[in-house]
Amino acid sequence: MQVSKICQLLDAKIICGEEHAQANIERGYSSDLMSDVLTLDTDHLLLITGMCNLQTIRTSEMADIRFIVFVRNKKVTDEMLELARENNLCLLESPFTLFKASGILYQAGLKPVY
Amino acid sequence: MKLEFNIEGGNFSWAGHASSEVKKMLKQLGIDARCIKSIVIALYEGEVNVVAHAYEGRILVQMEPHKITTEIIDKGPGIPDIELAMQEGYSTASKEVREMGFGAGMGLANMKKNTDELTIESTVGQGTTVKMVNYF
Repeated sequence: MQVSKICQLLDAKIICGEEHAQANIERGYSSDLMSDVLTLDTDHLLLITGMCNLQTIRTSEMADIRFIVFVRNKKVTDEMLELARENNLCLLESPFTLFKASGILYQAGLKPVY
Repeated sequence: MKLEFNIEGGNFSWAGHASSEVKKMLKQLGIDARCIKSIVIALYEGEVNVVAHAYEGRILVQMEPHKITTEIIDKGPGIPDIELAMQEGYSTASKEVREMGFGAGMGLANMKKNTDELTIESTVGQGTTVKMVNYF
């Protein structure tokens, strides 16, 4: 699923990494728990989360996750933005809940990790 | 090649800095991406543990051909029962740490999963030393 399609489905906007708008993502993972994100073996997935802090970016950097959508209207801070740009991450913000965003993407064909 | 980093207990905005530097170095050396991910995830878990539980710590990284050894040495409360701490789900993390998305009791088990050799030595009231070896 293309990032641009995800934006359309989740009423989301790209906060950084606009150049990745046409990139294709196969799988998604929803969690507010970074401890769980760090146990995943899958790379290059879309992380759907309401945990909006610097450690979400750090966790994604370590776990080779390049795409994050922050739900529940959470706003990315300047510090997060700087670290995301440094690591070539693509960040999205959506007003939807974690449940709603995950449901829409699953229904539209984004695969789960397990 | 040897690297050394300092970790400040409680400073979550700096947590992950050392792991990030190690990842950049491993990428430059052209090491396989899966190996890099295992090494830095284990290191990052360890780094977060020091920030979450200890007062201060140091990370020592030693690179050899086909082998990396990382040691995380902290001054802190120590771990009274290492076997119990290794169990998934067991955690003594504070509310603040949990609010950051950590403290689910997965860290040590995940470090074990991502390393070829893991040894933990701890003295209550003094601190903990974690040694991890990965071969590639």
